[in-house]
Amino acid sequence: MAKVTVGAVNPDPGSSRNYETGSWRTLKPVIDFEKCTKKCFFCYDFCPDSAVEKTDDGPKIIYAYCKGCGICAYECPKEAIELVPEEK
Amino acid sequence: MAEQCDVTKEMFASGHRGCAGCGEGIAVRQVLNEAGPNTIVAEVTGCLEVMTTGYPESAWEIPWIHAAFENASSVASGIEAALIAKGKRKGVNVLAFGGDGGTFDIGFQALSGMLERGHNIKYVCFDNEAYMNTGIQRCSSTPYGASTTTSPSGTCSIGESRPKKPIAAICVAHDIPYTATASIAHPKDLRKKVRTALDVEGPCFLHVFVPCPTGWGYASERTVEIAKLAVQTGVFVLWELEGNDFANIKVTKKPKERKPVIEYLKTQRRFKHLLDKPEEIEKIQSEVDEKCERYGF
Amino acid sequence: MKTVILGNMATALAAKLSRAEVIPAYPITPSTLFPEKISEYVADGEMDTQFILVESEHSAMSACIGASATGARTCTATASQGLALMHEMLYIASGMRLPIVVAVANRALSAPINIWCDHQDSISERDTGWMQFYAEKNQEALDLMIIAFKVAEDKRVLLPGMVGLDAFVLTHTMEAVDIPDQDKVDEFLPPYKAPYGVLDPEKPMTFGSFGTPEYYMEFKYAQTKALEDSEKVIDEAFAQFKETFGREYMKIKPYRTEDADIILLTLGSMSGTARAAVDVMREQGMKVGCAKMTVFRPFPTKELMDICKKTKVLAVVDRDISPGFGGAVFGEAAAIYVNEPKKPIIMNFIVGLGGRDITIPDFEAMTERAESALSAGKPERMVEWINLKEDNL
Repeated sequence: MAKVTVGAVNPDPGSSRNYETGSWRTLKPVIDFEKCTKKCFFCYDFCPDSAVEKTDDGPKIIYAYCKGCGICAYECPKEAIELVPEEK
Repeated sequence: MAEQCDVTKEMFASGHRGCAGCGEGIAVRQVLNEAGPNTIVAEVTGCLEVMTTGYPESAWEIPWIHAAFENASSVASGIEAALIAKGKRKGVNVLAFGGDGGTFDIGFQALSGMLERGHNIKYVCFDNEAYMNTGIQRCSSTPYGASTTTSPSGTCSIGESRPKKPIAAICVAHDIPYTATASIAHPKDLRKKVRTALDVEGPCFLHVFVPCPTGWGYASERTVEIAKLAVQTGVFVLWELEGNDFANIKVTKKPKERKPVIEYLKTQRRFKHLLDKPEEIEKIQSEVDEKCERYGF
Repeated sequence: MKTVILGNMATALAAKLSRAEVIPAYPITPSTLFPEKISEYVADGEMDTQFILVESEHSAMSACIGASATGARTCTATASQGLALMHEMLYIASGMRLPIVVAVANRALSAPINIWCDHQDSISERDTGWMQFYAEKNQEALDLMIIAFKVAEDKRVLLPGMVGLDAFVLTHTMEAVDIPDQDKVDEFLPPYKAPYGVLDPEKPMTFGSFGTPEYYMEFKYAQTKALEDSEKVIDEAFAQFKETFGREYMKIKPYRTEDADIILLTLGSMSGTARAAVDVMREQGMKVGCAKMTVFRPFPTKELMDICKKTKVLAVVDRDISPGFGGAVFGEAAAIYVNEPKKPIIMNFIVGLGGRDITIPDFEAMTERAESALSAGKPERMVEWINLKEDNL
């Protein structure tokens, strides 16, 4: 438990990262880098959870936070993202 | 500890409790990543506030304040005044965020006041067409025919009986320098409009269309697809306007061929009861046709 | 420098002398002169403030909250329905621990609509977590505004405060007021520096978090504790004010109470009339005194008990009514004695609602009833309405 601050002000921006929403996922998006152009980054643009990172090697899914909504797979113009059942 | 995103770019942090496929999450990222770190946001009560600020966590990388449901515009007015008083106004974007309830309905007076007074505040409305945070109740933003928990379809009801309130046009009538509508399905267009608004001096209004899988009844992966369909059918027209002369309106996304509205309606549970009522579909279609004609396509 | 001014002018001058940086305001009778004067100061370049002409009192308080959270000293003025419209935001200002100051021109609440004085508006905001001060004179209205900022901004407090001044009796009445020198006010009230950070992109923070059941009670406890702790800070501020400006303030100021069998407890402008009535009755040999409550929140429990140590009847004079019970001040004055083995007879008089005059004969009538209660051992009725036109009922 955190201490309460004066006026409930939270001095810690972005601290929602302490909570890993990846545990919500039932379907896991997996990128096929054979198909991915590594250029369009639609998966990055359309992620509601800031769970896709733009890197020089293309998009990187941050599974700690990905809720498995499937938007990235649905919107991928190259159909390079597959949703596979979460194993755990 | 979790893997970290690139926080230098991402102003809206992971770990928020929005539903999977939340359209608002996409919209906020697009707006804030364009506005950048020198931004202060005042926000109304709603899903976005609840899902991002459960103490001691916060999804906001920028200074952010929530006070109540109806007053993001007034709170932002005070913030702007204080920045001027402190000599810190330059280079800081002051944004007000509202859902449709906090903008179209309960926050409308404060919004009108803020626009009329000419504050240099950019108001962004994230419209998912009902009170989602309280459980999908009807709002003046709810479109004709939509079934909500307070405008349910039934033997004596078509669902929502009134057309959607033209909020952006009402804001234009305040003679503000810039008004635009935008969609999460068109991030470049949206970000360009955010940039234009930020570069203009004075109050601006940005009306962003954000589908809601929970409230509208569709599978979470279709959020962007449904936003696209709204544009392709003409249900939600993307435009921008400098000043208050509607003759100068610029439609920024014109589909080459408009899809019939049924393509949009059939994707969502809230319109399901309309599908066996061709006269209602026809009615919605003709209203959309009329609107699109007014917008010149 | 002594000047003859209206009560609203005194609060506007207090805002100017306090160098309030942001003033959002919405006009309402009888506090309208406050925004008018501020707008004049701004128009004439006499005051460096951001004056926002908002579209409602709700927005006035909302803008105060935005400004205060951004680190600006901020205040406004309102009355009656205006304060009631702010109600929602008053809790949020105190919950967010923002040192906002509001001058309340104490006016009756509708219906029926009435623009004259009683204390119902601010007394009804008792539980919003604000400090409450009540002025007897225009001088006090000015001084208490400056003192309210001082206490509100103290790191041990960080809570908003309201200063009540009676509608028309003070707001629209000319009185001689000693206007403090600006440099002395600057010395007493240095610029506000928010101790725990503000809305600032250099150091982003989240204001107005969502408080779950796991945390909410601790937030409320800390806030309540701060209001209780403000007692000490108010005493310190009163002492420093006396030192700087020579005028003395007390949370409750007694008058001829030392040997009094009966004490009349009052708030606001009626206190002067009460003292005059006490003088008249003392001439007649009656052992009566009065006490003026300047601070209603935090409730001055110890001070009231000290004053009433030897008294036999405490008569609480309420210019407000909590329907279904009695006067709000009475309820609290009575409650503090609940576990005391020795207590005075405590009785309640409801007076002056909606601007009805409160006169010396009224206080004499109250004292007479207190005397009857004293000889009978208890009052005939716990709550009595004074100067009520029973023929018209």
